[in-house]
Amino acid sequence: MTETGLPASVEAIRRVREDPHRLGHRAHGPAEIIAGAGHGMTGPASKRIIVGYGFWIYLLSDIVVFSCFFAAFAVQRGATAGGPTMDQIIEVPRVAMQTAVLLVSSYTCMLSFAATNARSRLWTQVFLAATGILGLVFILLELQEFAELAARGITPQRSGMLTSFFGLVGLHGLHVSAGLLWLGTMMAQILVKGFRPEIVHRLICFNLFWHALDIVWIGIFTIVYLMGAG
Amino acid sequence: MFGKLDLSAVPLSEPIPLITSAVVILVALGVLVLITVRGWWPYLWHDWITSVDHKRIGIMYCLLGVLMLIRGFADAIMMRTQQAVAINAEGYLTPEHYNQIFTAHGTIMILFGAMPLVLGFMNFLVPLQLGVRDVAFPTFNSVGFWLTASGALLINISLLIGEFARTGWLPYPPLSETAYSPGVGVDYYLWAVQISGIGTLITGINIVTTVLKMRCPGMSYLRMPVFTWTALASCLLIVAVFPVLTATLAMLTLDRYVGWHYFTNTAGGNPMMFVNLIWAWGHPEVYILILPAFGIFSEIFSTFSGKPLFGYRSMVAATLFICVVSLLVWLHHFFTMGAGAAVNTFFGISSSIIAVGTGVKIYNWIFTMYGGRVRFEVPMLWSMGFIFTFIIGGLTGVLLAIPPADFVTHNSLFLVAHFHNVIIGGVVFAIFAGAEFWFPKAFGFRLYAGWGKVAFWCAFIGFWVTFTPLYILGLEGMTRRLQHINVPEWGPWLYVSVVGVAILIVGVVAQVVQLVVSIRDRELLRDVTGDPWDGRSLEWATPSPPPFFNFAVMPNVEGEEAYWGIKLRAIETQQLAPEPKYAPIEMPVHSPVGVYTAFFATVFGFAMIWHIWWLAIVALVAAFAGFVVFAWRDVHEFEVPAEEVARAERARRASREALLRKLSEEGALP
Repeated sequence: MTETGLPASVEAIRRVREDPHRLGHRAHGPAEIIAGAGHGMTGPASKRIIVGYGFWIYLLSDIVVFSCFFAAFAVQRGATAGGPTMDQIIEVPRVAMQTAVLLVSSYTCMLSFAATNARSRLWTQVFLAATGILGLVFILLELQEFAELAARGITPQRSGMLTSFFGLVGLHGLHVSAGLLWLGTMMAQILVKGFRPEIVHRLICFNLFWHALDIVWIGIFTIVYLMGAG
Repeated sequence: MFGKLDLSAVPLSEPIPLITSAVVILVALGVLVLITVRGWWPYLWHDWITSVDHKRIGIMYCLLGVLMLIRGFADAIMMRTQQAVAINAEGYLTPEHYNQIFTAHGTIMILFGAMPLVLGFMNFLVPLQLGVRDVAFPTFNSVGFWLTASGALLINISLLIGEFARTGWLPYPPLSETAYSPGVGVDYYLWAVQISGIGTLITGINIVTTVLKMRCPGMSYLRMPVFTWTALASCLLIVAVFPVLTATLAMLTLDRYVGWHYFTNTAGGNPMMFVNLIWAWGHPEVYILILPAFGIFSEIFSTFSGKPLFGYRSMVAATLFICVVSLLVWLHHFFTMGAGAAVNTFFGISSSIIAVGTGVKIYNWIFTMYGGRVRFEVPMLWSMGFIFTFIIGGLTGVLLAIPPADFVTHNSLFLVAHFHNVIIGGVVFAIFAGAEFWFPKAFGFRLYAGWGKVAFWCAFIGFWVTFTPLYILGLEGMTRRLQHINVPEWGPWLYVSVVGVAILIVGVVAQVVQLVVSIRDRELLRDVTGDPWDGRSLEWATPSPPPFFNFAVMPNVEGEEAYWGIKLRAIETQQLAPEPKYAPIEMPVHSPVGVYTAFFATVFGFAMIWHIWWLAIVALVAAFAGFVVFAWRDVHEFEVPAEEVARAERARRASREALLRKLSEEGALP
């Protein structure tokens, strides 16, 4: 970034253009009319708003996908077909570990975006890398869990309950894996291209995605693991 | 190497699919040769295939939809004629083949005929009506369209290579599980619908974002045209329920490919869970189709009655009411599941209540015509035919919503007649009305009205002659999907129905003739003003066809019926608004990523269907690589110079000024 003679004012103008809602910088009280936010009669929103908004809508649709797998789990929870029950397949310590790892990864992800806002390439990369490593640990722990279950003959083919268990947890794992692929691509892009507007927009989307996966995991942790173990 | 695929996959012993495929391949080759000989490839590639222009994508959606409508209609002709000749006889279609035909008919008509047409209208119209230059995500729009085309291609490949599902358009387990459908038919269904469903979801997200975040200055929600409102409601439903389809099909895929137990009838699987999930998508799906149809009719009634739409706000409210309640009625598709009186009562009442929203709309349309100067142009004929047809379809629907009555008519031809009554009378009539109405906007010349009237009357009469007998047969106890019939008394009604199909065929021929005649006489039918019907919303403010940037200067809307206000002011003051200052415009660059992704999606789907695992992996990696390359590009937009904008806009102003002069000479000005 080349800085001009009035860095603070230039920065302020750029911020407002990119983020007309001035998230976190606006006083409470009655909402003023904001140009560029796409509200009411003010004309089309800025690209940043449009991208973030569209991605939110995608996330909602993705959460509907998860809700179907949750519903299937709720329906088939008791359908063990004479096989193992939930409390026989759950290892709470490992899941607690997974949960901790994923929550911390959300925190590092947020830090990476704080670094992005400060236009620090180094710290963005550092925190994205930390997020990626934590995500990888999460996936490896999940694979270990699945492998151990499979070694005990506990596979999705055994019963409807196990099908819906592996389906729901596996779907989340698949999302995290896809997120890791995305994260790697984003890190390469920052490395090569720096903080272009479209790359910052993609980082916003990636952050939303990663946090959404965390929220879904909270649901899985509670409904599948904690309620299953109890 | 090739998984389950070998030469036996080609149905050499069955002449009908073989000859059909041969003809289709020959025609396709002929078209390709023609394009090559004439040197049209660069034009096609740059201006259509890689285009991210919402209008071009909308037109391509409609073209795909029309082709698939014809394919689905061919299936329908075969079904009606088979039933008419198979009375205490075998008929000319084997049960295996007949079952594939009714499955393909339903799947193609809903997902690859009606859906692309409705999405095409939304794509073409929403940015124009909102006064903006494109949708929120133009390149994703192209990806969405090409994925839908990819699904359509897969379904049609199944005609020649392998077979299609024999399960009905919603593949109910356990019939659709590997144990009972071991062939590739259900797999063709799963991958074709899955891929196109993702395309539809992308378009849905795109249009919701466009409507909620990209309206021109002054275009508040309650100034949006009703078509845009219905497009919003429809796309909200897409975002809410297409993920359910994705999830459900994914579960069935897991059952079939790796032996899981979501829907099996052994080991704790639950087949009724499929039925619930699929209808949680399937019922809102029909409202996804019908809501934009309501929008099209609203625009037409208002334009051709020369009046603002009666009860605009109640129309918006009714649209959103239907949008929400459509999510609460899915169980009426299987009252016979045995969920108990309380559950059936809830869904029976909710299914009846949704008719209230529709009733509000019907009265609004009637009151729009009341006291107006109604012009009986072709779009208006379709619209009035719709009111008559749709009311009867709606009433039989309310009849079916009563659980005890439904127990009698469940899966009978009465049901078949009912949903054809609302889908043909609602969606298909809307598509033809809308095509007639917006054709000049898309292509710059009108369709020849004479043949349009022939097409309407054939479709209207043909529809009733085809489907009234089915209502009667349903009440007499004839169930759906019968390959042969052993009750001779049903014969006469089935013959009448075939006569209806013949009338419908004449209607289709009339549509084709209309298109040919209109293209031949296009100079006579040319729309020079851009406002051929005395329209009221912003798309009529653009020339026909609109420039790729739609509006030289973004309009500033000052009330409901944005363009009507501008037009009245111009006529009153006898001049156009003062010429604005023209600025350069940024437009998105074209991109082959859509067609590239869809190509590998097709390869991936085909590889999965035939268990060619290595090819599936190659296709996935290639698709990901395509996205990375796309993400790496440096140029996202190009600038249209102010002079080019000015030139296009001045031509438009000149034609409008000529219109004003003409009106003045005719003494039509105040």
